[in-house]
Amino acid sequence: MRRRIVLVTLLGVFIGITIWITQMDTLRYMHPKTYGDLARQTWNHIKMVGIAELLAIGVGVPLGVLVTRPGLKKFATPVIGTANVGQTIPSLAVVAIMAPILGYRFESAIIALFVYSLLPVLRNSFTGINDIDPAIIESAKGMGMSRLQIALKIELPLALPIIMAGIRTSTVICVGTATLAVLIGGEGLGKIILAGLYTQIPLLILQGAAPTAALAVILDTLLGGFESWMTPRGLKKS
Amino acid sequence: MITLENVTKTYSDGTEAVKGVSFEIKDGNLCVLLGPSGCGKTTTMKMINRLIPITEGNIYIDSKDTKTMDENELRRDIGYAIQEIGLFPHMTVKDNIATVPTLKNWDKEKKEKRAEELLTLMGMDPDEFLEKYPTELSGGQKQRVGVARSLGADPPIMLMDEPFGAIDPITRDRLQDEFINIQEEIQKTIVFVTHDINEAIKMGDKVALMKDGELIQYSTPAELLAAAKNKFVRDFVGSDRTLKSLRLMKVEDAMKKSPRVVRKDDDLSEVASIMEEEDLTYLIVVEDGRKLKGWINRQDIESESGVVEDVMSESTGAAELGTSLAEGLTIMLERDVANLPVVDEYGTLQGIVTFNDLQSLIGETYTERGGKHPEVTQ
Amino acid sequence: MEVWNYINGHWLTIGNWTLDHLWLIFVSNSIAVLIGVSLGIFIAGKGREEIADTVLYLAGIMMTIPSLALFGLLMPALSAMNLPAIGFLPAVIALILYGQLPILRNTYTAIREVDPAMIEAGRGMGMTPRQILVKIKLPLAVPVIMAGLRNAVVINIGIATIAVFIGARGLGVPIFRGLRTSRMDMIITGAIFVSMLALIADGLLAIAENKLTPEGLKR
Repeated sequence: MRRRIVLVTLLGVFIGITIWITQMDTLRYMHPKTYGDLARQTWNHIKMVGIAELLAIGVGVPLGVLVTRPGLKKFATPVIGTANVGQTIPSLAVVAIMAPILGYRFESAIIALFVYSLLPVLRNSFTGINDIDPAIIESAKGMGMSRLQIALKIELPLALPIIMAGIRTSTVICVGTATLAVLIGGEGLGKIILAGLYTQIPLLILQGAAPTAALAVILDTLLGGFESWMTPRGLKKS
Repeated sequence: MITLENVTKTYSDGTEAVKGVSFEIKDGNLCVLLGPSGCGKTTTMKMINRLIPITEGNIYIDSKDTKTMDENELRRDIGYAIQEIGLFPHMTVKDNIATVPTLKNWDKEKKEKRAEELLTLMGMDPDEFLEKYPTELSGGQKQRVGVARSLGADPPIMLMDEPFGAIDPITRDRLQDEFINIQEEIQKTIVFVTHDINEAIKMGDKVALMKDGELIQYSTPAELLAAAKNKFVRDFVGSDRTLKSLRLMKVEDAMKKSPRVVRKDDDLSEVASIMEEEDLTYLIVVEDGRKLKGWINRQDIESESGVVEDVMSESTGAAELGTSLAEGLTIMLERDVANLPVVDEYGTLQGIVTFNDLQSLIGETYTERGGKHPEVTQ
Repeated sequence: MEVWNYINGHWLTIGNWTLDHLWLIFVSNSIAVLIGVSLGIFIAGKGREEIADTVLYLAGIMMTIPSLALFGLLMPALSAMNLPAIGFLPAVIALILYGQLPILRNTYTAIREVDPAMIEAGRGMGMTPRQILVKIKLPLAVPVIMAGLRNAVVINIGIATIAVFIGARGLGVPIFRGLRTSRMDMIITGAIFVSMLALIADGLLAIAENKLTPEGLKR
C-alpha cells in the first residue's frame, strides 16, 4: 500500500512537472517543446531501448544458457568474467567509444545500447541456470526425465525469474544509457535534456528529465510486475 | 537456590504459556524441565533469566526477587546454553568463551586462563583449539565450546535449552556422560530443558514434567518412573518404546552371569592385586554359598593388611530374578548406584546388571527402530 | 597513435581530471556511507519493517532514474533553494543519492539476517542491545556493507563521468569535449582512463572487503 502511494506520488510529480512546463508560453528566449515533440522523443526513446533490449535478449539468453551446458562449460569463466568486467566500465565510456569506431549515427547508438544491455541479461541467464541445486537435476534424472525434459520442465522455469530480473535491470540501465546515446546520433528524450544543458535553460532540462524519469520508473514497475507474475508460487518468499 | 512462585506467562494475544508454576531447585542440583513441545518448559526457563518477562508470580534466586535486579547483570551471572549454540563466527573459541568475562571487564590474563581451564574441563586441548574459529570445529566440538562459553564467568546457575539436541545420537550420549562428570566437579545449579525422557532420567536430580503450561509432576527420576502421578505422566514416560521394552524385559535378560566375586574373609592384599591386574574398580563380596554380602571399591583399600570384611560396603539393594528392567533401573536411580546385583529368592548371587549394559541395551532398541531422535537435524 | 600522442602531451591535465574524479567519488561516497549505514541500522530496528520497506523501495526507485534526468531534476530544485545548481554540489548530491541503495540495502539485510541463535545467545549472556549491535551484528555486517560500498563506488565512478554535463570536473571532461568537437583521441583517452579507474577501484575495494572480513567468516 505504502509502496503504491510512493509510486503514484512520484509519477504524479514527474508528469505534473512535464505538463506544467509544456503549458508555459516561453522558456526564457524560446518556446517549450510541444506535446508532439515530447511524444515523438518518448517514442524514439522506447524504440531505441526496445530494439537494443530485444537484441540483447536474443543474444544474451542463448549465450548465457549455452555456457552452462556440460560441453561448453569451459567457456563460462571467460564469457561471464568479461560480462562482469564490462559492467564495471562506465556507460558513458561505452557510448563514447562507439563514435570513433562507428561514427555518429543512429546505428552506433543502438549498438552501444545493445552492448551495454547485453551484460546483465547474459550474466543472469548463466547464474539462473547454473545456481539450480544439483540435487534437483539429479532427482529429475533419477525419475527418468530426458535431457530436454529437464531443460524445459525444470531448468527453464526455475531460471526464468532470474533471467527476467536480468532483463529488468538491463532495461532500466538502457533507458538511462539511451539519454547519453543521443551524443553519438541516437534519438529520444535525452535530446531535450541536452538541448536544455547546452542552452543553459533549467526548465528545458526539466522538460526532458521529468518524462525520462517517469518512463524509467514505469518500465521498472511493469517489468517488476511481470517478473513476479512469472515466478512460480513455490519460489516466492512468503 | 532457585524458587519459582506461582509463575505465570500470558501473552498479549491471551495465550497462557505457563500457568501458576511453583517449585524449588536446590543448590548444586540439576533440574530437568521435561514435556512435549509447547508445554511451556522453555518459556519457564527463559523467565528465570528474564529473556521472557514474567506476567505474574515471582522467581527468587537465593531469596532475592529477580524482578528487582538489572536484567543484564542477572543474565551475566547465569550461564546460558542453547541447542542452536549460537557461537559467534567472527570470534575465536577463546573470545567466544570469554564473552561474559569481557562483559564483566576481567583482565586479559584472567580471561585467557579461564578459557584454557574450561577447554580442559571439556576435554579439549587448549593449545589446539583456543585460536580456532567456530567454522573449523565439528558439531560435538561446537557444542562443547557452547557449554564452555556458558560457564565463562563461573556462574553459580546455568540454563541449558536442549544443549545436546542437535547432534548425532552417539556424540550426544558421550556429551551427556561427559557433562554428568563435569557437573559432579563443578556442582552448578542447573535448569535443563529437554523433550527426551531418557535424557531427563539420565541427567536429572529432579524432573519437572510439564503439560499445557502446567507443572504435572515434580520429583526424582526414580519416582517419576515408579510412581507416576496420573495417566499423562504414565503415558509420557511410557510413550517411549525403550522404556516400554525395559518394562517388558527382566533383569536376567540383561545381566552378566557369574560375575567375578571375592569372599568376605579374603586377604586385602590379594584382592588389591586382582583389581590391579584386571583393572577393576569394584568387586562383589559374597559369603558362603555365594550369598550376596556387599561390595568393595578400589579406593577403599587404603592399607593391604586385613580382610575384605573390614572395608567393604554392605549391599544396599539387589533385584530378585523376575524383576523388570524398568524397576531395576528405578532401584539404581534411587540408590544412585551404577551396578545392580541380581539374586534368587534365597539371596544367592546370580549375576549383575550394570548401568552401561542397560545403556547399550537402550542403544540397541534405538538402532532397531532406526534412529533415535526424530528432532536430530544435523 | 593519436591517442598515445594526446596522452603523452597531457599527462598533467589527465592527472588533474583523475584527481578531480577521485575527490568527487571520495566526498560523495564517504557521506553516502555515513547516511546509508546509519539509516540501514535504523530501519533494521525492531518494529520498523514498514518504514524499512518504504525507504528501500524509494531508494530502489531512485536507482532507476537515469542520472542525466536526475541532474536535470536537481538543478531547478537547487536554484530554487539559492544553492549552486551546477558544478561540484549537485554532482555530490546526485552521487550520494545513487550510492544509497547498495549501501543501505546491504546494511539492512546484513543486520536483519544475523542468525537469531547468536542474538539469543548474546541476550542470554547479558549483552545489552547496544552491545549486541556493536559486538555481534556490525562485525558480521562489515563485509556485506563493504560489498555495498564497492558496488556504490563503481556505479558512481560512471555517474561522475556524466556529472561533467552539469559542470563538475573529472574524466568525463575529455569524453564530453571530444564528443562535441569530434576529437577521437580525447574520447578514447577519457574512456580508457575512466574504465581503468573503475576496474582498479573495484579490485582494490574487493581486496579491502576481503581484509575486513573477520577471519572466522572466511572459508
